[in-house]
Amino acid sequence: MEFPILSLMLAVPLVAAIACLFLNASSARMVALFATLIDLALGILLWLNYDIGGAQWQFTERAQLFAGFQYALGIDGIALMLIMLSVFLMPICILASWDSITKRVGEYMAAFLLMEVLMIGVFAAQDLFLFYIFFEAGLIPMYLIIGVWGGDNRIYASYKFFLYTLLGSVLMLIAMLWMVNEAGTSDIPTLMQYDFPVGAQLWLWLAFFASFAVKMPMWPVHTWLPDAHVQAPTAGSVILAGVLLKLGGYGFIRFSLPMFPDASADLAWLVFALSMVAVIYTSLVALVQQDMKKLIAYSSVAHMAIVTVGLFAFNVQGLEGAMMVMLGHGLVSGALFLCVGVIYDRLHTREIARYGGLSINMPKYALFFLLFTMASVGLPGTSNFVGEFLALAGIYEVSTFVTLVCTTGIILGAAYMLYLFRRVAFGEQKNADAAAMTDLNAREWAMLAPIAAAVLWMGVYPESFLAPMRQDIAALETRLASVAPRYDSALDEGTPRENAANYVEYEGHEEGEH
Amino acid sequence: MSYATSLYLTGAEIGLSVSGLVLLLVTAWMGEKAGRGITIAAVAALFGALFFNVSLFDGGAAGVAFGGLFLADGFAVFAKSLVYIATIACLIVAPRYFNGHAEYRGEYPVLMLFNAVGMGMMVSATDLMTLYIGLEMSSLSSYVLASFARRNEKSSEAGLKYFVLGGLASGIILYGVSLVYGFSGTTSYDGIRAAFTADFSTGAMFGVVFVLAGVAFKIAAVPFHMWTPDVYEGAPTPVTAFFASAPKVAAVAMLVRLATGPFGGQVEAWQQIVIFAALASIVVGALGAIGQQNLKRLLAYSSINNVGFILIGLAAATPEGISGVMVYLSIYVFMTIGSFVALLMLRDAEGNALSTFDDISGLSTTSPALAWCLLALMFSLAGIPPLFGFWGKFVVFQAAVQADMIALAAIGIAASVIGAFYYIKFIKVMFFDEPKGAAPAKAPVSHWGVLALSVAVISPLGYLLTPWLGNLADAAAQALFYAA
Repeated sequence: MEFPILSLMLAVPLVAAIACLFLNASSARMVALFATLIDLALGILLWLNYDIGGAQWQFTERAQLFAGFQYALGIDGIALMLIMLSVFLMPICILASWDSITKRVGEYMAAFLLMEVLMIGVFAAQDLFLFYIFFEAGLIPMYLIIGVWGGDNRIYASYKFFLYTLLGSVLMLIAMLWMVNEAGTSDIPTLMQYDFPVGAQLWLWLAFFASFAVKMPMWPVHTWLPDAHVQAPTAGSVILAGVLLKLGGYGFIRFSLPMFPDASADLAWLVFALSMVAVIYTSLVALVQQDMKKLIAYSSVAHMAIVTVGLFAFNVQGLEGAMMVMLGHGLVSGALFLCVGVIYDRLHTREIARYGGLSINMPKYALFFLLFTMASVGLPGTSNFVGEFLALAGIYEVSTFVTLVCTTGIILGAAYMLYLFRRVAFGEQKNADAAAMTDLNAREWAMLAPIAAAVLWMGVYPESFLAPMRQDIAALETRLASVAPRYDSALDEGTPRENAANYVEYEGHEEGEH
Repeated sequence: MSYATSLYLTGAEIGLSVSGLVLLLVTAWMGEKAGRGITIAAVAALFGALFFNVSLFDGGAAGVAFGGLFLADGFAVFAKSLVYIATIACLIVAPRYFNGHAEYRGEYPVLMLFNAVGMGMMVSATDLMTLYIGLEMSSLSSYVLASFARRNEKSSEAGLKYFVLGGLASGIILYGVSLVYGFSGTTSYDGIRAAFTADFSTGAMFGVVFVLAGVAFKIAAVPFHMWTPDVYEGAPTPVTAFFASAPKVAAVAMLVRLATGPFGGQVEAWQQIVIFAALASIVVGALGAIGQQNLKRLLAYSSINNVGFILIGLAAATPEGISGVMVYLSIYVFMTIGSFVALLMLRDAEGNALSTFDDISGLSTTSPALAWCLLALMFSLAGIPPLFGFWGKFVVFQAAVQADMIALAAIGIAASVIGAFYYIKFIKVMFFDEPKGAAPAKAPVSHWGVLALSVAVISPLGYLLTPWLGNLADAAAQALFYAA
């Protein structure tokens, strides 16, 4: 029995969360920051000790604590990367809430730490029902975070978030019960190799799709996201965009694709159609937003559509690209929400028109904001370029039409992000109060600089992030190979010509004869 | 079959009856002052019954008493233990409530004891006569308990309403019983089962339906649920807590035994009734609660909603389903007791109950501990993991899926989302709204104790109980199906 590092990563924030409930504001902040930093350190240890190319499932733990399901943890490269994303963003979230949250700080920190427990749990769970428990439990702290510490319209947003995601998830539970009944085990690695009857796969796939599409979110069930983002406090938006949206993508890559490969292939057209609509539609919607958070929220929907397209390309580039977009988007959209939070803390408005010319009085801020804007656009050298390029390269092998539409979305993405940046940071200083804002302080530096470094690292040397996932993605591609759908750009396997193209038939003339 | 064995197997009931009678005499002689002492004695008697009951189970002494009128098997022991635990919890919190109204009397614990005897007989009955006597014993004491706050109009109204409608339900059951007896020629469960297996006529079908309808009234399943909100609202809160827990457990257990025992050969005859009642209860319980402002009425609808989920387990008609029902009931008892005790503790300095949403708005700032406990209870009732209420839903839905009733499970679970709406409204009012009224006064230690225990059980720690609880429930369900 090796050291139970995953359990420890769950235990540290859990204990800190309980402690925070009983502490006063300043000690709760310190405890929360300390606990998330310990988890980050543990996460780094996890990454360093992860044996690339070793066993598929590492750091496994099993305990027969419950009836009906197991306490089973373990990670592969995909889960490792997403856990790293979570533990990396958490201390930043705590820092982001340092001054802006003043009421009921202990409970706020407790909710965030609980959120961290549940996110790590979702990615590390190796038992179907344990996964479901962690997956659903996330609703509780997020409901409270939006509802207690959110903006003016927080109650509507919290209800919408809660009921939407709950309705999406409950049918998945029935599907899980059926699967476990059929396969006789709730062990996720076993289920990933289990061949469910093709007829049943369709229904199971749809039940899982309902849940993951809402979480992702895919058009047309994305409407909870802009509301939730706008009303949530800054750190809440960071966690929502950074990690919670990735649960949908993780669900597809962990459950829908390997467990129901036939249904995934049969319904890939549906995913493509919804994603294409999402890319174009939400990009256009983002273009006309007056509220910064809403704009970024809609851009998230568009980026997530690239993820789904990449996942359902059924090839290595598409899958790796989807994972890289998820990681990159987690960092970049989180950072963009932090950027909004920085100026929101100063002026208490998210309206774009109230700002302008910030690069004059806040040059350092404008620099960071520019970097993240460019990363969101997908500038080479930043994290999102790698992901989007791979995902689109993957889908190009499958369908040129889908690629065409999605690439248009990238262009629109550049349009709305650059337009946003121009209105906020460039131009003249229209508003006196905006012009009087001070530049980043040390705490805000500490929040933004690590993300900027990570974004550049991922853009310049993505191999560090791709290497741990490579083997798992290859395994998934093997699993999917037999069912990969064929679309317009798939190569037709004709019969080879008998002769080379420049072959001239020898007509039998003797040499010298004319 | 010696009398000694019979008396041994019915020991819990006999002990409770004797203590009830003795305490009744004590009350008569000592007057109103003795209320508190008698409550303690009654709690002690119930604890005694509980331990005796558990020791029966440990001995594995399943046996028939009094020539087939009474059965002490694993199922009965499981259900009775739940009933006794719920009764004890409701007794512990009662005196403080009534002392505020200066109406507490020794009769209250005595009635609870007789009620417990009746409930014990309901779950152990293997003969329609025993069943009816147990049912009436429990119901009659319940009617009196509902109107125990005599000077309160609502309480009297609740008692009267409960009595009239309960009497009607008893009449329906009795009519059903007479039809069943007429067509099978016997009142013993085994005899009825044998007779119905041989010949199941339309008349017998009517008997079954009437019996089920009457029982549906007792467990407040739709469409026989109308009395619930009024009675729950009007009755004194400790009594409401009791109604929502112990008699409901007993009635569900009785229904389960009826459905799998005498009617066990005719599953298709009652299955569709149970399916309808289950789905209707889930939906009506959820929709009815949405407009409610009064917390007790809301919890009344919540209990209707929960009965729906319990019936899903019964509808599966498999040992897994029955085991799920028992697990659900166990969790349900703790959730219900916990939420009603929390309501009991919501009183301002003058002792007036904070009974509407307006009264508890902003509770999380005025009384954070209570608000967090209610938050856990509400999410648990809504079935959101990681709280333990999820596990109850999980096991019944698992049973339904295993029995190939996927549509039932899917509709049921989708309807549970409607229910989630008002549970999260509860939390919204406590956590998101600003405080309006007075802060609740300090609650007595006994209330905190019961609340803390319930919340500990329904917290994620409860999952550690699942292997133990699951085994007990499986054993209880097996007892029914072996007998069959």
